[in-house]
Amino acid sequence: MSDIATEVATRDRSGVNDLSTRDAGKGTRKTTATRAPSSVAVYREDFSTQKSVPAWLNELRVKALDRFETLGFPTTKNEDWHFTSVAPIADRSFRLAVLDPESATAESSDRRGSSRRRSDALNALGVKADDVASFGFGQKDWHQLVFINGIFDGALSSNHALGGNVRIDSLARAIEDGAASVERHLGRIAAFDQHAFTALNTAFIADGAFIEIANDAVVDKPIHLVFISGGEGVSHPRNLIVAGRHSRATVVESYVSLRESTYFTNAVTEIAVGEGAHVDHYKLQRENDSAFHVGTTQARQARNGTFHSFSFAIGGALARTNIYTSLDGDAATCTLNGLYLTDGTQHIDNQTSIEHIAPNCPSHEIYKGVLDGRSHGVFNGKVYVHPEAQKTDGKQSNNNLLLSPQARIDTKPQLEIFADDVKCTHGATVGRLDEVAMFYLKSRGIGAETARMLLTYAFAADVLETIKLAPLKAELEKVVLARFADSAT
Amino acid sequence: MLEINDLHAGIGDREILRGITLNVNAGEVHAVMGPNGSGKSTLAQVLAGNPSYEVTRGTVHYNGQDLLEQAPEVRAQNGIFLAFQYPVEIPGVSNAYFLRSAYNEIRKAKGQEEVDPLEFLDLVEEKLKLVDMSEAMLSRSVNQGFSGGEKKRNEIFQMAVLSPRLAILDETDSGLDIDALRIVAEGVNKLRSPENATIVVTHYQRLLNYIVPDFVHVLANGRIVKSGGKELALELEEKGYDWIPSFADAGTAGATA
Repeated sequence: MSDIATEVATRDRSGVNDLSTRDAGKGTRKTTATRAPSSVAVYREDFSTQKSVPAWLNELRVKALDRFETLGFPTTKNEDWHFTSVAPIADRSFRLAVLDPESATAESSDRRGSSRRRSDALNALGVKADDVASFGFGQKDWHQLVFINGIFDGALSSNHALGGNVRIDSLARAIEDGAASVERHLGRIAAFDQHAFTALNTAFIADGAFIEIANDAVVDKPIHLVFISGGEGVSHPRNLIVAGRHSRATVVESYVSLRESTYFTNAVTEIAVGEGAHVDHYKLQRENDSAFHVGTTQARQARNGTFHSFSFAIGGALARTNIYTSLDGDAATCTLNGLYLTDGTQHIDNQTSIEHIAPNCPSHEIYKGVLDGRSHGVFNGKVYVHPEAQKTDGKQSNNNLLLSPQARIDTKPQLEIFADDVKCTHGATVGRLDEVAMFYLKSRGIGAETARMLLTYAFAADVLETIKLAPLKAELEKVVLARFADSAT
Repeated sequence: MLEINDLHAGIGDREILRGITLNVNAGEVHAVMGPNGSGKSTLAQVLAGNPSYEVTRGTVHYNGQDLLEQAPEVRAQNGIFLAFQYPVEIPGVSNAYFLRSAYNEIRKAKGQEEVDPLEFLDLVEEKLKLVDMSEAMLSRSVNQGFSGGEKKRNEIFQMAVLSPRLAILDETDSGLDIDALRIVAEGVNKLRSPENATIVVTHYQRLLNYIVPDFVHVLANGRIVKSGGKELALELEEKGYDWIPSFADAGTAGATA
């Protein structure tokens, strides 16, 4: 193992030159050419400090790092990143959070927290059970796994999973155990050949959640994964969900902070939806307003498999959420819904992709955005209908509400159809508050601020109606209402 | 109660009202009639404070106060209610929540305590009966998916709940069949009192069979060209708007303006 680590470190050093040469060769602006190697070099340096892992995973990591170096951070010339500059992330040298002295010592009762051992990072942020409870939607009986800067914290978690046909565990432990489906699926669903951030995450696979549901098993309580981050470093949470044939589960991922700080979360979740299985997935991006977040959720759906995704994004200085699914089997169904609320100078980007590979698959998508202040929102929704995907029924819409003249939205619904017997619609709208509706409310005695809040809330709440998990819906309604009440005063 | 004096208003450069003078006292019902484009609806909208219209000249006093200085919500809180010709759909806001918010804002403005959802439900139950609306309508989004008749009944229902001092009905009869018309008119009549006043804006005389006015004013080209009692409406119905001598002239002036 140590040999491999050395070998990697050597390769890395040579990679520095490779990368700077490549950048210069492409005629990238000088600033890019000078800054990119420095932050990439930091990733490489921290890469070599990682705990040793089984050979297959090490191979995957090495391949991914190599790919990351080849791709480099995406520029706005990359069509997938046209409206989002990741310079604020690429320009910073984020150390691996578990190595970051800031996060390792802050409010830690355990002063040995500065050690590089993961287990000592447990209370590194001084997170208490009460803090975790505040993110729990008031539900004590849900399965809850807590991650501090991407590393599983058993003491803060409450896992009610009974052994046997459901495993809800930390990925690190599953890797250690040699769980067969980890090796079978990890890195196979979330492609990293074209996605630099996914490649970077894969190079740093260490921990996250591992959920495996046996055939026909039903997880009756939702599984909540809480990622609490802080300090100034980067974490790469990696989650793997494997839902067996005709199984059923609801998974919620919350990305949160306890206080303002400039860290970077680079998360990837892979989901294998088995034949006839049903997975409801919720992602809540509620990082603090100084944080950076790039998160990719990627699913593959077998025949008759159902995948419902809801993505809520309200936090971060710069945040990107990718929700990708591939309808591989006949009559698989997906729903991708989302709501993003931006304010101040926030930049929140949402990208979705639905690949219709097999025939007879319905896909439905509604994303809504409310943009205030001088914030910038981006929506890019791709729907590809492959030649074999006859009888595809695809509906996609993106509606945006601009609350201030300086707010900006770039929306790009994309529909590419290569089959001839399909029913597909898509559309995007951008609007301001309806003046006629405003007048109607005022004419009934409702003041301007209340009227504005009521209409804005109604616009956003509409998509929250699609959330089936009642406690989560109630919580998001509260969060949305609080945001608009703030901006109304 | 309401004193309108030489009111001029329009949208952009287009002047629509060209000098309206009208007094409405408590206890009175005034009908404002006229063909399309005569300025009837503009008058209703300007009184309610629609910001799309600009008042260029004249004054409006309501209970002695300068109405034109007041924001639309303040006018409503002071007892003015406009039943819209085209009630607005507001997806995502329930009828009950909307109306309770309005009711409570008006109470707050009067220094009264707000009511909670249960108290409010008790309070609106009899008002629903007044316009033959089911309780289920309360939980639906404001006017969304309502039929034309349901929308108009919802306007009168709101009026019944908010109990204004001055109600302005803008073409409330348009698009209603005779049964709906009767229901709406009965609702309005039940709300009439010596303290309240009503302005009924309409194109047709038929609504006035049910809501009998004390005064009828005929509007043409932004001016009141004739005023009279309730018999004026009947005469108009029989002879048409061209029967009014000054109407043809005013119409011509309008065409060239």
